[in-house]
Amino acid sequence: MSEPVRHQALIDTLGAELTPVRRLLPPWQRALGWLAVVAVIAAVLFVRYGAHTMLHRWAVAPDLGWAACGALVTAVTAVLAAFVLAVPGRPLAWAWLPLPSAMLWIGASGLGCLRAHIPGLPVMDMHEANHCLIFIISFSVPLSALLVWLLRRACPLRPTLTAVMTGLASASASACLLEICHNVDATASDLLMHALAIAIVVGVNAMMGGRLLSRH
Amino acid sequence: MSPTLTAGTLTFDGPWALLRGLPRKVPDTVKAVSTESISANEQADRQRAAWMAAAQAGDQRAYSRLLSDSVALIRAVARRQGVALDALDDVVQETLLTVHRVRHTFDPARSFDAWLSAIASRRAIDVLRSHGRRDRREVHDELAYEMHADRDDASADTERKQEATRLRAAIDTLPPGQREAVEQLGLKERSLAEAAESTGRKTGALKVNLHRALKTLRDRLNGEP
Repeated sequence: MSEPVRHQALIDTLGAELTPVRRLLPPWQRALGWLAVVAVIAAVLFVRYGAHTMLHRWAVAPDLGWAACGALVTAVTAVLAAFVLAVPGRPLAWAWLPLPSAMLWIGASGLGCLRAHIPGLPVMDMHEANHCLIFIISFSVPLSALLVWLLRRACPLRPTLTAVMTGLASASASACLLEICHNVDATASDLLMHALAIAIVVGVNAMMGGRLLSRH
Repeated sequence: MSPTLTAGTLTFDGPWALLRGLPRKVPDTVKAVSTESISANEQADRQRAAWMAAAQAGDQRAYSRLLSDSVALIRAVARRQGVALDALDDVVQETLLTVHRVRHTFDPARSFDAWLSAIASRRAIDVLRSHGRRDRREVHDELAYEMHADRDDASADTERKQEATRLRAAIDTLPPGQREAVEQLGLKERSLAEAAESTGRKTGALKVNLHRALKTLRDRLNGEP
């Protein structure tokens, strides 16, 4: 076996540099850490806005409730997939995990535009729709940054795919948070703004996050 | 005991041992797995996982054995990716460096071979890409090899020696102050402060002398007065 001999100098150097390391926590525990931060923000929003508007909207228009459920499950599955994909040797099939819930989220939001308007709630105008766009993006930025920072401690060998999961997780978590203080009925322009915000968040993550995560 | 059960036990043990801050020892249960129930490959994989677990706790001997043992697997992965024979060593080196950097991401309850193969395969793709870029940038011209003499042949060597002698002679003809500056700063590669200390001159004077000396040398070696 001459092969190890040829690399013996490097192996000796690495051996001499060896220090004990703190092993990475399992992906689900790391995902819980990030979700806990989202939960704290949600709690603050609940204290500020209360839950009654959200529950009223869901009672009158169950499709909005389904969309919110889809967004919540997408946030959980996407962040789990991101942490799993950041560990070498784990199957790439984890990237499919958020797909069903993302379809529920998008599908139910789309249906919301087709049904009749909720009586008693104002219909959204373009100004409010812009507000949604700014809300989703401004919450996604710190959530994505936190996630990228956490993921950099692992070793994402597929940085772009991991970054897409990061974007999906932050965008869906922000959409959930928006749901708490969203006191208007869904319209086509609202849906369009949501879709635009999510596309921006996922796209920017894929472009920048991929680069930030690819140091390994 | 089945291998799955062993793996389960290790997962459970791992994080708790860390939380309590206890030093982690090589899990003996790995070796206790009955040989007939698992293939030789799996057993080797388990052994490497145990070595890595020990390495994560700082065991240098286990780490060296693990890295030496990994070279063959890294080469096999790189060959499967289509890396040329002469570039295999690059992949091995890069993979070993990455393994060292991200050794904390390995979970001893899982397959070491899968973890290592994923890293090796990524590094193999990197090497293939960088070679692709280099091949596009560099031109292979067989005629050029024939037309141009090697830089390191006997006549080039003699020429370099002659140039050195000419330079030495030119330096010797410099005024003492300038010669001192060249010797201290140029040949001995001392810093300005060190040179100032050993010659007793001011750094400003040394700089001026060096500047003048270089100008004189340039003129003299280029055949000007």
